[in-house]
Amino acid sequence: MKKYYWLLLTAMMLVTIIVISCSKIEGRTDDLPALNAQDNDLNAGNWKTVLLSHPDTFLVAAPATTTSGTYVGELNEVKALQQNLTAAQKAIVKYWSAGAVLRWNEIMRELVAKHNLPPYQQEDGTYPIPNATNPFNYPQFPFSNPPYAARAYAYVSAAQYDALVSAWHYKMLYNRLSPYQADSFINANKLVPASNLPSYPSEDAVVAGVTAEMMKMLFPTEIAFIEQKAAEAEEARLLAGANVRSDLVAGEALGRAVAQVFIARGKTDNAGKAGGTQADWDKMAADCVARGEKAWISLESPKRPPMLPMFGNVKPFLFDSAACVALRPGPPPSTGSEQMKQETEEIYQLVNHPTREHIRIVQFWADGVATYTPAGHWDAIAAEDFIKKNWSEVRWARNMALLNMSLMDAAIVCWNTKNYYYNPRPSQMNPAIKTLTGLPNFPSYISGHSTFSGAAAEILGHIVPERAADYAAMAQEASLSRMYGGIHFRSDCQVGLEVGKKIGDYAIARATTDGAE
Amino acid sequence: MKQIALLYRHCIVLLCTVLCIITANAQTDHDAIMLNKNQWCNGFNYEHAQWKNYWEGTLKRDNENIGTFTSHAVMYMSAYGITNNLNILAGLPYIWNHTSAGTLHKMHGLQDASVALKWKPWSVTCGKSKLSLFAVAGISTPTSNYTADFLPLAIGFHSTNVTGRAMVDYQAGKFFTTASAAYIMRSNTTIDRNAYYTDHLIYSNKVDMPNAASYMLSAGLRSKYLIAEAMISNLTTLGGFDIHRNDMPFPSNRMNMTNIGAHVKYTLPFYTHIELTADGGYTIKGRNVGQATNFGFGAYYIFNFKKKTSEPATHS
Repeated sequence: MKKYYWLLLTAMMLVTIIVISCSKIEGRTDDLPALNAQDNDLNAGNWKTVLLSHPDTFLVAAPATTTSGTYVGELNEVKALQQNLTAAQKAIVKYWSAGAVLRWNEIMRELVAKHNLPPYQQEDGTYPIPNATNPFNYPQFPFSNPPYAARAYAYVSAAQYDALVSAWHYKMLYNRLSPYQADSFINANKLVPASNLPSYPSEDAVVAGVTAEMMKMLFPTEIAFIEQKAAEAEEARLLAGANVRSDLVAGEALGRAVAQVFIARGKTDNAGKAGGTQADWDKMAADCVARGEKAWISLESPKRPPMLPMFGNVKPFLFDSAACVALRPGPPPSTGSEQMKQETEEIYQLVNHPTREHIRIVQFWADGVATYTPAGHWDAIAAEDFIKKNWSEVRWARNMALLNMSLMDAAIVCWNTKNYYYNPRPSQMNPAIKTLTGLPNFPSYISGHSTFSGAAAEILGHIVPERAADYAAMAQEASLSRMYGGIHFRSDCQVGLEVGKKIGDYAIARATTDGAE
Repeated sequence: MKQIALLYRHCIVLLCTVLCIITANAQTDHDAIMLNKNQWCNGFNYEHAQWKNYWEGTLKRDNENIGTFTSHAVMYMSAYGITNNLNILAGLPYIWNHTSAGTLHKMHGLQDASVALKWKPWSVTCGKSKLSLFAVAGISTPTSNYTADFLPLAIGFHSTNVTGRAMVDYQAGKFFTTASAAYIMRSNTTIDRNAYYTDHLIYSNKVDMPNAASYMLSAGLRSKYLIAEAMISNLTTLGGFDIHRNDMPFPSNRMNMTNIGAHVKYTLPFYTHIELTADGGYTIKGRNVGQATNFGFGAYYIFNFKKKTSEPATHS
């Protein structure tokens, strides 16, 4: 008898040990090798920029020669740092050496997720609006919802790209050695792979400077956090023996200067007016009713104004506003039509008894509140494939810019369409339709996820052709997830994918003529 | 009488109260009642819980897009006396969750199966008073592939939990008091997303579930056919993060709660194989959980498997 008590107790203890031993979570990109570019794209100074008129729009002064006393002093600073590196310092080097564009994109995604929370209502049932001039007041600025986030990713990525093209121009112009090429002690202690890319100005400092400056506009409550990250990113380069201080200073200054061009555009791209006014919202509904259609209403309680309904007027990156209107698809099925009745019934049947697999797909692609949004999800998908490519920083930036400009422009065309047709959600057409994820608070046609995913899959399929079929399948699944979730009709999803694909084609057209291929 | 009707009462309360659940094993067994050797108790318990207000972190609020959250659970329970001082207990609930407002879809399904060993290593009797010590070890694990990442409607956290509980019981005549403390170790859970934000962004579908501590104090009347008691219990999650302002809850939130409740168990005097129970409770304080009111009832049947070499009961 006693024997099997002990067996039972031993079994329980074993299970306990198993349970305890698996509680540490490692993220997929926590432990990456250093970026080791196979091709330094030494001609990237000639690549076509997004906003800069010339790669030398901003002057970067010639550096001190590597034989000067100033430079020797800078080398000595690096050597002093390398004498006794702490484990924490080595961890910083390891983290940042995976790639500046990658790490800053991850930081962006984290901030988007952190700030992607809809404001809570006021006593009178209205909703407070985040205020960029008083960003710390609740609700903090920004509420980084999907269109806001898509625009933020695009501005940061495009600015990083232009700044790096400029940096590459000066790198080739001044052709300064890396400290590990100039000094054998530093070479013996360097913590990153050797490269023949000239080190002045530092590409890592360029990315840190341009990003930190852009974030002042996009995430003003995070300035202290961002500046600390920027300082850390630059310190990592000193510790690694990859740059001297003047490489960093020149790079950061160039980055911050380039950012001003993008900030100036950002202040006049209509995003500040994207929230609209009560009169705008009323007009959208009235226009819809005048066309003989049922108008969208908020199903939140209290009723919330539609999310950034004038975002469709934001100035796109890849085409002009006329093209934006041309990209807007034809109308959805009339709300009184037999087709709409059938599409509503289809969604009802899908959500009535959901399969576990459908729930999985809905959750995987939901990208709702407190997430990095669909644009961030596609950035994550892209980044995890880009990591395997060992591209130069400038090519990383170029490809992230192409992706994120596609995603922003997809948001613009999609929001333009949504608020032009102002079409109801399935749960408005049939209140028995319950949703497997949060019901987005804006009109239905066309699906944002489908437009984002169609655009992302198209441009990514061009950038990483061997994965094109996988991206298309992911886009299809992301699109279907919105039907499985009970929040979109089939028309919303199909047309959204088609429109997205057309937007991706604009990015491909740019990619084939920007000098990088 | 040594019976187990109280067996899983508390776990169901928690199931339905924590926004929406702490898994079944969170409280295996915390009553000071043992089955005799070869007694086998079987039955079902129904539990109903509702909340309108919940704590978002420490901020108490309602949510017009949830309205009233309601959870029902039916739990099969079984216990067997291996000896007079060692019982094995098992349970499996089926849970239905829904909300009265908003568009979110209801969820239902088989939740976590639990098994526990309850051991009474020591007791001393002095006149009409009796002091007993107990140790309980339990494990629970999901029995279906339900989603954990759709709170508050998800029916559980989908983690495997191991619980250790120490308990002391003092009975003086018909009056008794029981106190216990437990530590609950929870495995990682897996969600359908591959990235999520807690206080930072984690690129994984695995979620580190903080461990938890549970405390319980009850007092009341314990007689031959009737047990009636009042109790206070506390669950404290040892880690986790608060629900962000106006965010949805997440499995690894820091879910704390203090509940008060009452419980009655009645054994039919004319047919002592059958026991009936009723209970009710209320959450008086919480963090990242709903402020629930709950009630439930159960019915159990006790078999006596007499062996030829049946040992006489060594305790009463």
